[in-house]
Amino acid sequence: MTSTAPAKVKYEAVIGLEVHVQLSTKTKLFCHCSTQFGNTPNTNICPICTGQPGTLPVLNQQALDYSVQTALAINCQIHPQGISKFDRKQYFYPDLPKNYQVSQYDLPLGEHGFLEIQVEGQPPKKIGITRLHMEEDAGKLVHAGADRLSGSAYSMVDYNRAGTPLCEIVSEPDITNAAEAAAYAEELRRIVRYMGVCDGNMQEGSMRFDLNISLRPVGQQKFGTKVEIKNLNSFNSLQRAVEYEIIRQGDCLDNGERIFQETRLWDEAGQKTRSMRSKEEANDYRYFPEPDLVPIQLSDGQIETYRKMLPELPNEKRHRYESEFGLSAYDVRVLCEEKAVAEYFEEVIALGAPPKMAANWVNGAIAAHLNETHAAIGELKVKPSVLAELIGLINQGMISNRIANELLPDLFHDGGSPRALVEARGLTQISDQGQLEAVVGAVLAENADSVVAYQNGRTKLLGFFVGQVMKKTAGRADPQAVNQLLLNKLTQ
Amino acid sequence: MIDRAQVQKVAFLARLELDEQEEERFTRQLQSILGYIEELQTLDTKGVAPTTRAIEVNNIARTDDLQPFENREGILDNAPARMEDFFRVPRIME
Repeated sequence: MTSTAPAKVKYEAVIGLEVHVQLSTKTKLFCHCSTQFGNTPNTNICPICTGQPGTLPVLNQQALDYSVQTALAINCQIHPQGISKFDRKQYFYPDLPKNYQVSQYDLPLGEHGFLEIQVEGQPPKKIGITRLHMEEDAGKLVHAGADRLSGSAYSMVDYNRAGTPLCEIVSEPDITNAAEAAAYAEELRRIVRYMGVCDGNMQEGSMRFDLNISLRPVGQQKFGTKVEIKNLNSFNSLQRAVEYEIIRQGDCLDNGERIFQETRLWDEAGQKTRSMRSKEEANDYRYFPEPDLVPIQLSDGQIETYRKMLPELPNEKRHRYESEFGLSAYDVRVLCEEKAVAEYFEEVIALGAPPKMAANWVNGAIAAHLNETHAAIGELKVKPSVLAELIGLINQGMISNRIANELLPDLFHDGGSPRALVEARGLTQISDQGQLEAVVGAVLAENADSVVAYQNGRTKLLGFFVGQVMKKTAGRADPQAVNQLLLNKLTQ
Repeated sequence: MIDRAQVQKVAFLARLELDEQEEERFTRQLQSILGYIEELQTLDTKGVAPTTRAIEVNNIARTDDLQPFENREGILDNAPARMEDFFRVPRIME
């Protein structure tokens, strides 16, 4: 073969994310209706959220508070233009009862923020946040008669969700691959859950992602034509959609085809994106200021008060755990995944447990138990005080790690004091030299062949002898002392 | 200045069906209104802060307390068509 394939052009992806976060308020953004998910259709409705003539919306203070806190948590400036206001975004669709959505256009609540993400094995990276604005959700369309082939004559509308408060968070096009996109979305979820402003429930649509993605040859400054992908409601589909589009657009460009600026839908069943029929009219939302709502203008003092209300955020916790406790990046990441787990860990060490040991127990046995039982850490009978006591018993040499592990099922089931349990069952560790020497001597006598083998170089047999001693003492022998005794005797 | 094609577009966006006479009449009326605005725009407003609202009031909000509306049946019955708990609309293609 003399011919060579043409050098493949290398592309890089330019990705921006729009994330809709549903705020955990009791009531809707502009009326007193419930935001409860899963209620009977059209029970959480009133004249305001169904757009009856003559009704007036009033902003939900809790939704505003949550939005300001979220904006601050992602390092946004609060209405840097001095004021924030609501606008009407006009379009006709049956899920929108007023024929406009109350949103924010040119004066969003927050701008110019950033979020630090960490992809495993990569240095931390800052992803810019263009803006955060408040808006109301639309209702839900249900297509009657699921038979899509014959088609149904009607669609049905449920306005329970219409008017539910959302924050839309728009990133800068700083994301370059699927792993970063997922890391960004996951960190955002952690942040809103730490603050309690959103439950982060993906199944119920509490967080939804729209993706903007374009490709350009490496080294080119100008952006390629951007495609928008909708209908992403899990981290997995977000990642798959990025991967799929990078390949699809790369193939198009390789073949000299044009990329169309269009909106595509993620098809979860087919694991691909597909074009929505392109709209004949370009979107023309004719935004104008919402005359029924007054602007938002917060003083520096008010903003400072909001800032003081922020909890320690996941990124701050991770940095602190690493620097203060010397924990590994892995331990830190697992501990800080959920605020309740991090707080549990902090309570355990506040009670005197060494951080590394506490991290091992929380990320190990406790995490395994939570996984198995699908329980929340707050429901455990092994309260932080119980775990701290258990770790204390190990550190005092009263029980071995193994005994501690054996006690856990009962502690998970009944709670109570580990010390009391150890004493009641006579599980106290045997550290007494004389007592141990007797057991070690017996084990070596019973296994004379193995002793010879060990002395001929099969030093791995040490573990076997330790195991035998443990068996004879029901796991109560102090492993370190046993090791030492065995080594002494075997090398005599 | 606004022309008939723009009037047609705006009417389409607002889902208004205009006959030819109406298109002609609204084009004329809108031209007159926008012409007046154009006249206003010749004024020198340098140094005048833009008016963003009619009243100087900010930050009106209500507490997040639940007050379910009692007459959801009334709302459903007011709709052109309902089907049990739902509002019924012509079929929407996705």
